[in-house]
Amino acid sequence: MTDLNIMIVGVGGQGTLLASRLLGNVAMKQGFDVKVSEVHGMSQRGGSVVTYVKMGEKVYSPIIEKGEADYLLAFENLEALRWIDYLKNGGTLVLNDQQIDPMPVIIGKAKYPEKIIERLREGGVRMDVIDALQIAKECGNIKSVNIVLLGVLAKTSNIAKEVWLEAMREVIPQKILDVNLRAFDAGYNGTKDTSKA
Amino acid sequence: MKKLMLGNEAVARGAYEAGVRVAAAYPGTPSTEITENIAKYDEMYSEWSPNEKVALEVAIGASVAGARAICSMKHVGLNVAADPLFTVSYTGVNGGLVIMVADDPGMHSSQNEQDSRFYARASKVPMLEPSNSQECKDFVKAAFDISERFDCPVIVRLSTRIAHSQSIVEINKRQNDELKPYVKDPAKYVMMPAMARARHLAVEKRMAELKAFAEETPVNTIEWGSTDIGVITSGISYQYAREAFGNVSYLKLGMVYPLPDKLITEFAAKVGTLYVIEELEPFFENQIRKMGIKVIGKDILPVTGEYSASLLRQKIFNEAFEKSYDVDVQSPVRPPVMCPGCPHRGTFHVLKKLKLTVTGDIGCYTLGALSPTESMDTCICMGASIGMAHGMEKARGREFGKKTVAILGDSTFIHSGITGLIDIVYNKGCSTVIILDNSITGMTGHQQNPTTGFTIKGEPVKQVDLALLAKAVGIDRVRVVDPFEIKEFERIVKEETEADEPSLIIAQRPCALLKNVRYEGPRMINENCKKCRSCLRIGCPAIVDKGDKIMINSALCVGCKLCTKLCSFNAIVKAGGKND
Ligand SMILES: Cc1ncc(C[n+]2csc(CCOP(=O)(O)OP(=O)(O)O)c2C)c(N)n1
Repeated sequence: MTDLNIMIVGVGGQGTLLASRLLGNVAMKQGFDVKVSEVHGMSQRGGSVVTYVKMGEKVYSPIIEKGEADYLLAFENLEALRWIDYLKNGGTLVLNDQQIDPMPVIIGKAKYPEKIIERLREGGVRMDVIDALQIAKECGNIKSVNIVLLGVLAKTSNIAKEVWLEAMREVIPQKILDVNLRAFDAGYNGTKDTSKA
Repeated sequence: MKKLMLGNEAVARGAYEAGVRVAAAYPGTPSTEITENIAKYDEMYSEWSPNEKVALEVAIGASVAGARAICSMKHVGLNVAADPLFTVSYTGVNGGLVIMVADDPGMHSSQNEQDSRFYARASKVPMLEPSNSQECKDFVKAAFDISERFDCPVIVRLSTRIAHSQSIVEINKRQNDELKPYVKDPAKYVMMPAMARARHLAVEKRMAELKAFAEETPVNTIEWGSTDIGVITSGISYQYAREAFGNVSYLKLGMVYPLPDKLITEFAAKVGTLYVIEELEPFFENQIRKMGIKVIGKDILPVTGEYSASLLRQKIFNEAFEKSYDVDVQSPVRPPVMCPGCPHRGTFHVLKKLKLTVTGDIGCYTLGALSPTESMDTCICMGASIGMAHGMEKARGREFGKKTVAILGDSTFIHSGITGLIDIVYNKGCSTVIILDNSITGMTGHQQNPTTGFTIKGEPVKQVDLALLAKAVGIDRVRVVDPFEIKEFERIVKEETEADEPSLIIAQRPCALLKNVRYEGPRMINENCKKCRSCLRIGCPAIVDKGDKIMINSALCVGCKLCTKLCSFNAIVKAGGKND
């Protein structure tokens, strides 16, 4: 198989950790070697968080470096911009179109960059953009943003849908499973392809 | 069976399989999940101890009593536990004793990036270091065998990227869990000078034996590739080196102390250029250079921060990164913040308003040092807030002391604040100490502690009564206040800092992330808003300044209403509801 590197970026509290754990399980089910690098502690408190999922024949470093990510799964626009150099040439950005102001912006010491999506597109980034927050709300749980995005990713990947569903059943607690299965489907079916290529 | 496991989870599994009976720890990123996972097994007793020193002493007691025992902490925790460490090295063990210590290169969640390997050398205790989750499990088991075979504690060192990365682990059965007999043996376990002198000789003899063992142990491995380049490395650095150097030859040191001199010399003789790749201090490098071997290492690589494959490529092969996308990525930083609804926010609002000098401490509340509250002057180590406030008063006099408070969390107070409080009373200080009691150990991800009323397994238990405790040590002025009652809080802080005797204020309101804490849901700002921006002063991430408009982000707001109390125009109301 060829190696697959997926980088997940967002704001602490958005559920990036669960997304990376699910991806790790999906990789294992495919029989790949896999490493998932997580973030715990300080930066989980509303800071910029990054997790890495690497799969392939043999994975050494758990860290994805600049220019190595096949997919950049961004939970927030500014975070997509911050980490875009990690996306490989020809890779895909899956973006949740949401703005969460960081503290320097909230207190007026910095400005939230304008027109992030346009700038990324003009820079040559191939992307899938989706309002996962809205979709998650419609599915019944605002916290399912992560699963909606995984749905989008699942569709773009060439891993069978059943594998994803099985991983979800194993990792997600029973009482919130249904909402999340709906969220996954919505992501899987819902995205309109805005890629330039 | 194979399972994807966090390094820390694999350590817990290793402890289980090794037959561990007792586990004690104090939480600390990146080590916390070790003991959280151990607590899931009913075959092992586990506890959150008040601090690392006590945790290690509990583990030593269990070991002397004949059980295999494990004790876990972050790197700075080993400073706290260093006292028992140096002497348990002399006594040795009965049941195997393993000390897990997790370093944090890059300081993802720490106040320094000390290199714990020096503790192994200083205390003459062997140390292992795994490079993935499978090795986390295997090395913990190996450590117990070494501990019992050589009659010594063994330290297993992790770093953040090992502790917090998941990789595939093969699961096995539990073994060796019978208790060894307890035999009273004062010559071994009572360390008075006469006995300790004899034990020190035993330690030196053991070190020689361990050095010989290091030459043959399978935790040290050689992978031969091209011999033009040789790399000596260990732990996470091995993984980065594998990616950066590719098919060269590697000596991976699973045992980082003591080092196998012969193995290293032989390896060095067979390769061309020899690199030593290790994060932080030149711990291997200096020892290898002393053996007269030429290496490349810290002359080109940093002693600060984390390594990565790309850092190695850049420093060693001068390979630079080329951008794929023509996008300017300059963007505002996103530092961590106190959560929406955080009770600490009320405290910092008051402290800032009163313009006090605040000796701070370590916990979620350390974030109060950042903009916009900026009301913390110092943060050194757990418990330091109290001693430092006392020291400031002694240095600058009572008037300065009246403008100074010490603040620390409930878990931090129990960890090492109590002794500071006693010092203030005993040495006639007048400091005001504020305990930010949010009913949990927050920063490390919600662990129970002696003030919360629950054990690590969630069993109800007696709570430490902080007010009574303070009275018992001689503090006559003890006040309990809700930090969201900002007016009352302000009045109390003023009164207590004015008073010419020591006082303790317990600011009580539970962490907003606790399951039983329910606020009424998002607020919104209505047309009454005069854009005075008072509400922005508390630095709540849910309140955003859109320039012409102040808004509340309903996806973040929990409805704690602290902002509402700051609004003079009744402009902040329940979303979809009415004024209140
Ligand atoms: C010696 C030592 N052990 C552990 C830690 C890790 N640590 C940092 S803050 C903290 C707990 C903070 O809890 P608390 O004082 O209750 O404050 P909260 O985060 O709940 O506000 C811990 C365990 C440390 N920094 N130093």
